[in-house]
Amino acid sequence: MQTLSTALIQVLGSVFNLTGPGHYINWGFIQLSVANLIVIILMVIVFFAAILIPFRRHGGDDR
Amino acid sequence: MTIDTDLPSNVAADRPEDADQLTAKLRHAAVAALPPERLMPDRQPAYVASWIYVFGILTMSALAVVILTGIVLSIFGPLWWHVSSTGHFVNSLHLWSVELMFFAMVIHLWGKFFMAAWRGRRRATWITGIVAFVLSVGTAFTGYLSQQNFDSQWISTQAKDGINSTGAGAVFNVLNFGQMLMWHIVLLPLIVGVIVAIHVLMVRLRGVVPPFAPPGEPVTSTEPVTIGAATEGDES
Repeated sequence: MQTLSTALIQVLGSVFNLTGPGHYINWGFIQLSVANLIVIILMVIVFFAAILIPFRRHGGDDR
Repeated sequence: MTIDTDLPSNVAADRPEDADQLTAKLRHAAVAALPPERLMPDRQPAYVASWIYVFGILTMSALAVVILTGIVLSIFGPLWWHVSSTGHFVNSLHLWSVELMFFAMVIHLWGKFFMAAWRGRRRATWITGIVAFVLSVGTAFTGYLSQQNFDSQWISTQAKDGINSTGAGAVFNVLNFGQMLMWHIVLLPLIVGVIVAIHVLMVRLRGVVPPFAPPGEPVTSTEPVTIGAATEGDES
């Protein structure tokens, strides 16, 4: 278990290198970190998915 | 309240001669406003069958995890959450449940904004939701200040100028760790809890707002339906 978690940390660490300063996007006076931008994009995707993906309904009538 | 020495404990309420008592009046008013079937309904209108309606309860579920992990963190203290593996784990649960709570809360807010969820005498529901959102931002902010690490030092020194420019720094000193910790673990959770409880009670009282009528179809009522008067096809 310890070996598995260590290996997982190494794999994730190679994909997401968090050593060093963060990345930022500048647009006029607006400064936005790439991490926050990714979260905002994910929220927009989940918002539209929640509207478009059908919801499985239970029961026979509407109430 | 009348003292009755012969009264069995299971018939302490709803005697006709006690109708003028404050407890009887409060109880009747509470039950009339929120009868049990409205407080904990078994069914919802057909339009609630959409994933967009899931994000309110997802926000509250994440809030429950935030509170539970916060209680554990407050029991064991900063040394534990900074040094031990279990402390790191609970600390991470506290952080990531906050992240999930805000993620779900923002989608809930977007959904309700585009539904114009304040329609049909639901303004109090909308306003309590907005107040809960703003207070949650403040609670998260004081949480970052309470971490007791370089991150919290950096955030507090950056935030002090912003707070001081508003004049609030005179009573809300972000460099005062003890004050920020008390705001984070006592005052703000208490206020957020009360506001969220009122928000949920307002949802139960007024019901979930019906969607807009499709183009060309007659506009349906957005008014909340009175319990007992609902018929098939009503929106509540």
